[in-house]
Amino acid sequence: MQPNHSTSTGNASSAESVARQDERLRAIPLWKKALSRPELGALAGTVLVLAFFIVAARGTGMFTPAGIVNFLEVAAQLGIIATAAALLMIGGEFDLSIGSMIGLAGILIAIPVVQYGFPLWSAILVALACAGLVGWLNGYLVNRTGLPSFIVTLGFLFILRGMAIGISRLLTGRTQIGGIHHHIEGDWLAMLFSGEVATGLFSWMATHGWIATNFAGNPVVTGIPISIVWWLGLTAVATWVLLCTPYGNWIYASGGDANAARNSGVPVHRVKISLFMFTAFSATIFACLQVMDTGSADTIRGLLKELEAIIAVVIGGALLTGGYGSAIGAALGALIFGLVQMGIFYTGVNTDWFQVFLGLMLLIAVLFNNFMRKKVMEAK
Amino acid sequence: MTAQMPMIEMRNVSKHFGSVVALKDISMKVCSGEVMCLLGDNGAGKSTLIKTLSGVHQPTHGEMLLDGEPVRFKSPAYALDAGIATVFQDLAMIPLMSITRNFFMGREPTVGWGPFKRINWKYADRIAKQEMAKIGIDVRDPGQPVGTLSGGERQCVAIARAVYFGAKVLILDEPTSALGVKQASVVLRYIAKARADGLAVIFITHNVHHAYPVADAFTLLKRGGSLGSFRKEDISREEVLNMMAGGAELESLDAELAEFQRSDNERKTSRVSKPTDGDVDADMPNARLAGGY
Ligand SMILES: Nc1ncnc2c1ncn2[C@@H]1O[C@H](COP(=O)(O)OP(=O)(O)OP(=O)(O)O)[C@@H](O)[C@H]1O
Ligand SMILES: [Mg+2]
Repeated sequence: MQPNHSTSTGNASSAESVARQDERLRAIPLWKKALSRPELGALAGTVLVLAFFIVAARGTGMFTPAGIVNFLEVAAQLGIIATAAALLMIGGEFDLSIGSMIGLAGILIAIPVVQYGFPLWSAILVALACAGLVGWLNGYLVNRTGLPSFIVTLGFLFILRGMAIGISRLLTGRTQIGGIHHHIEGDWLAMLFSGEVATGLFSWMATHGWIATNFAGNPVVTGIPISIVWWLGLTAVATWVLLCTPYGNWIYASGGDANAARNSGVPVHRVKISLFMFTAFSATIFACLQVMDTGSADTIRGLLKELEAIIAVVIGGALLTGGYGSAIGAALGALIFGLVQMGIFYTGVNTDWFQVFLGLMLLIAVLFNNFMRKKVMEAK
Repeated sequence: MTAQMPMIEMRNVSKHFGSVVALKDISMKVCSGEVMCLLGDNGAGKSTLIKTLSGVHQPTHGEMLLDGEPVRFKSPAYALDAGIATVFQDLAMIPLMSITRNFFMGREPTVGWGPFKRINWKYADRIAKQEMAKIGIDVRDPGQPVGTLSGGERQCVAIARAVYFGAKVLILDEPTSALGVKQASVVLRYIAKARADGLAVIFITHNVHHAYPVADAFTLLKRGGSLGSFRKEDISREEVLNMMAGGAELESLDAELAEFQRSDNERKTSRVSKPTDGDVDADMPNARLAGGY
C-alpha cells in the first residue's frame, strides 16, 4: 500500500508541474526580450545625454546642422575603431595596440608619398598590408601562447609606437610629416577616405532655404563627412555579421567559451586571428581618414584611442569577459562619447572635466550592464 | 556479425599529458549498429578516450580507423565533418548564447549566396524546437539563453544536437547524469534508435540500469589501461555492476554500512535506556529501521 500511494502522488505532482511549467514558459513579456539586448543601456544613456545637452546647450549652436556634423564626426572617428574593438571583445579578446597602429599607419602612408613620391593609393595599400600583418601576429601569438591578449597587445602598443617614431626619424628626421593634401586629388583610393558625400543634396536643400546658408548663398554644411559614412557602414556590416552569419555565431561562441566552441567545431583560432586583423585594419582606416583630413601624419596620433574604443564598447553593453555585446551598442557608445566631448565644449564647461565625466560614464555603464545581465539570466 | 568491418577502431592508442599517462595501449572496435559501453572509475580515462576519438586530443601513439580508413583529426571540426558527433561530459554549451545558436554552433544552416549568405534562423529555430520536443523538453522560446536552462535541460540540448548531427558515430559521455527518469529513458531510446539506424554508439555511464539494457558490448578501463572488451552474451548484469564499481568494494561497503547501523543502534538504545527518557521513545529507532528493511 505504501509504494502504491507514493507513486500515485508522484505522478500527479509531475503532471501538475509540467502543466505549470508550460504556463510559465508561455508568458515571455516583450519588454523582457528587449531587456536581453545588450545595447539597451547604451540606448537609454544616449537618450539621457542627448536630452541633457539639448537643455544645457540650447542656443549655443550645438544642434544646428554644423554642430550636429561636428559631434557626429567625433563619434564617427571613434566609432570606426570601436566597431572592430566590439567584435574583438565579443570574441573574448582585447587589442591595446589600436592607438599605436593609428600612429604607425599614418607614418606608413605619409612617408612614401611625401619623401619618395609614391602615389597615395600604393602607400595606403602598404599600410593596410602592414596592419594585416600586425593583426595576424597579435592573433597568432595569443592563440599560440595562450597568454591574455591584454599582455600581448600591450607589448605591441609599445613596439608599434616605437616603430612609428623610429621609422619616421630615421627616414625623414622628423616626427611630423605634412603636405599630403595636394596628393589626394585624383587618387582613386584616397578619394574613399576624404571629402564629403551628398554635397548635391545639401546645396539643393540650401537653394530651397531648408538649411542655413552663408553670405554667398552656399550652405554652411556642404555635405556629410566621409568618416560618418564609414562609421555607419561598418556598424551596419558588423551588426549583420553578428546577427545573421555563421561567422557571427562563431564570434559569440569563441568569446563565450573558447573550449566549448572548439569542441563544437568552431575554428576558434581563425576567428580570433581575423578579429585582430580587423582591429588593425580599422586603425588604418582611422589613420587614412585623419591623414586625408589634416593633410599630415604625426607619430603621436592615436594616443589613448585603444582605451577610448574600449570605453565605447563597454558603454555599448559588451561584456569584458567576452561572448556578449553588439556593434550597435558600440556605435551608441561612440555617439555618447562625441556628444559629451562636443557638449562640454559648446556649454563652455572647462574641458578639463571631460575625462572625469568619461570615467564616471564608464563606471555607470559597467555597473548597469552587470545588473542587467544578472536580471536577464535570472528572470527567465 | 563477427565478419563485419568495424565502423570505428582504435589500435594501441596511447595518450600522454606531459608526464601523465592518461591512456596506454588501448584497442577497441565498434561496428555499425552496435553500442559499446565504456566502464571505469572516476579518472580511469574514459573521457580522455572519447576526446581522442572526437578530435579534441591527438593520440600520442597508435592509430584510429574510421570505416577502415586511418584518420587523424586535427580538431573536433574534422571529426564532426567525418560524421562523429559527441556529447561531452562538460556539454560544450555557451551559457550566454541562445538554444538555437548553441544547437547549430559550428554547423549553421545557411541560405543565400556569396557574401549575402546568412543563417536561416527560421529553419534553425524550428529544428531546434522540434528536436528538443522529441527528447521530451518543450521549448517555447529557442532564443532563450542556455544559461537559464536547468542542468538536465542543458544536457538534453547537447544530446539532441549530437543525435541530429551524428552520421556515423555517436559518442555520449555520461549523458544521463543529470536527467530525470523520463528524459533518461528517452536518451536510452535514442541510443537504441541510433543503433537501429546503423550508427556506432559509444556510451559512458556509471549507471548499470542505463548501461545494461542498451549495450552490446562493454569495455572496462582502469587507470588508463584497458581490461578488455566483453560481449553482452558473455556477461551478466551483476558482473557488469561488479566491473563498474569493483565488486569487492561494494561488498566491503555493505559490510561497513551494516557496521555503522549496528553501532548507531547500540548508541541510541544505550542513550534512551537512561532513566531520563520515556519508554515509548526507546523502541522508535528500532521500529523505524525494521520498517525500512
Ligand atoms: N588535459 C589534461 N591534462 C592533464 N591530465 C589530464 C588531462 N585530461 C585528463 N587528464 C588526466 O587523465 C586522467 C583520466 O581523466 P578522464 O577525464 O579521462 O577520466 P574519466 O574516466 O572520464 O573520469 P570521470 O568518470 O570522473 O569522468 C585523470 O587522472 C586526469 O587527471
Ligand atoms: Mg569523464
